[in-house]
Amino acid sequence: MTRDIAVVAFAQTDHRRTTDELSEVEMLMPVLHEVLDATGLKTADIGFTCSGSSDYLAGRAFSFTLALDGVGAWPPISESHVEMDGAWALYEAWTKLLTGDADTALVYSYGKSSPGSVRDVLTRQLDPYYVAPLWPDSVALAALQARALIDAGDTDEPALAAVASRSRQEAAANSHAQLRGSVPQGDYLVRPLRTGDCPPIGDGAAAVVLAAGERARELCERPAWIRGIDHRIEAHSLGVRDLTDSPSARLAAEKAGAFERPVDTAELHAPFTSQEVVLRKALRLDDSVRVNPSGGALAANPMMAAGLIRIGEAAAGIHRGESDRALAHATSGPCLQQNLVAVLEGDPR
Amino acid sequence: MPEVLKAPLAVEFPFTRSLGPVQSAFLTGLRERVVLGVRTKGGRTLVPPVEYDPVTAEEIRDLVEVAPTGTVTTWAWNHEPRRGQPLDTPFAWVLVRLDGADTALLHALDAPGPDAVHTGMRVRVRWAEERSGAITDIACFEPYEGEPDQPTGHSGEFADAISGIVAFARLDYTYSPGRAQSEYIHALSERRTVGERCPSCRKVYVPPRGACPTCGVATAEHVEVGPRGTVTTFCIVNIKAKNLAIEVPYVYAHIALDGADLALHGRIGGIPYDQVRMGLRVEAVWTEGARYPDHYRPTGEPDAEYDTYKELL
Repeated sequence: MTRDIAVVAFAQTDHRRTTDELSEVEMLMPVLHEVLDATGLKTADIGFTCSGSSDYLAGRAFSFTLALDGVGAWPPISESHVEMDGAWALYEAWTKLLTGDADTALVYSYGKSSPGSVRDVLTRQLDPYYVAPLWPDSVALAALQARALIDAGDTDEPALAAVASRSRQEAAANSHAQLRGSVPQGDYLVRPLRTGDCPPIGDGAAAVVLAAGERARELCERPAWIRGIDHRIEAHSLGVRDLTDSPSARLAAEKAGAFERPVDTAELHAPFTSQEVVLRKALRLDDSVRVNPSGGALAANPMMAAGLIRIGEAAAGIHRGESDRALAHATSGPCLQQNLVAVLEGDPR
Repeated sequence: MPEVLKAPLAVEFPFTRSLGPVQSAFLTGLRERVVLGVRTKGGRTLVPPVEYDPVTAEEIRDLVEVAPTGTVTTWAWNHEPRRGQPLDTPFAWVLVRLDGADTALLHALDAPGPDAVHTGMRVRVRWAEERSGAITDIACFEPYEGEPDQPTGHSGEFADAISGIVAFARLDYTYSPGRAQSEYIHALSERRTVGERCPSCRKVYVPPRGACPTCGVATAEHVEVGPRGTVTTFCIVNIKAKNLAIEVPYVYAHIALDGADLALHGRIGGIPYDQVRMGLRVEAVWTEGARYPDHYRPTGEPDAEYDTYKELL
């Protein structure tokens, strides 16, 4: 059975360095209400709910169950959670809708990095035998990848700075972004990466509503149809991989149908400037494609939500009629270890 | 809104992890200053070695010794080492392909500065003085000008191979409970219990978490509840918890404070444990300087009728 499934609504918080005054559910609830209001749906109308988050970010055990308070989960709802970026929660919801078990799905994700030290927290996702005991932080691992790209002649520091600058300039038009406009490239954080090459650390949340077939047309004037979506992973050992390439992103894009026709827009989840270089190559994006008109993860990178936001931003461009065919990408793990690609289209105008 | 509450929170965990045969040989080898790789059926030598071929997923067990010298394949200069990292002075993160290996190992390189590091440079293992069978038995790498070291011809068999590691981890947070719980805790410090009412279903949640879990809407209206309440259900604790001064047996109960639509938890004191019952009327007992009730004790009122609290069980 095949069904057409679309993103029909998207909302995100303003992403900020800290949100001390809000618990996770207090931060999340407004975006849940925003997507439900946009579609006129109530919790009871939603067929399936799926979320993505990680308790390690804020050090708060079972925070995802507390976050469910914001959904209104009574009478009991059909619900699931992934300890991953919300883009993977969206993938699960998409498969649920494909089965015909549900016609609508609410997908949300959130991350509060401000209570902890996210560079150190992320070391806990690494191989616990050979790598995690060395505490290599997320910037260090990205810097190893950046150096490999520079050595291979794929980029240089001025080109990376240009990626940073372009992203934050694009974000000037995105009121939700955390780093907007002119942002200094700064000093080395872990050489060759400077602070400007790295994403801002912050808190935020996002939510999306998916709907199938005619239901999507009822809920949204111009649904963003998911033409294909796929995710692939690479070996966990960094020393086994070619860090200058992303065969997993390329394969996911191929399976999602991204190479069948050109896209006009791409929202890439590249938290580090050097990763945009890898992704442009792997996803065969030339200068005709508008990359990260939202500013991307370099402008706002709420952990666990930044990938879902790429899908949401790509869909919102289609909703607004600014894009007809867009690629959305999400990543997880160190140095683009795991990649998800979705291809979204609007109905012909 | 009142001042945002914050408190330090440390999450510590010593994970005890068992090792597969290849991991065990590799880490035991480090203890003995021997570096082992594993050969895939395709003829590649993986260092660090894994239990399964990352390409074919075949089980691989063919251990082969490689040299403690090698070549940097990529690097990154870390001028501000962080807690737990291999060196506490500025160093380079490196991926090193050891002589005899086809893949690279992540570790630290002790070098005087970034100008002394380049891709392709030759390095060798600097062994830790005390070794236990862990990746940190390699203290770091150091620059090395000589010829490739020769493997000793080790078989990969050890008489006293380790079977597990204890991986200690600590993460530090600054916990802040958010708006609703901050206000709840502030009120408690004045010996008042203040819940929040759902604007939709009108239920009063104690403690409040900022959202009605039934309706999925924000709660805001403050409602002071108690100070008396009813035991809705309880259990008798017979096992003494670590670091807890309370003598067992004692009673831990769900208590519906008057005016609340959700029961909270508390210890019941001032009554023998075997006389506590559902419907018992209780009140909070505060101790000097505490920010929450120490326990709840009987008020002496007649027990509450079951019908008055059956919805709060």
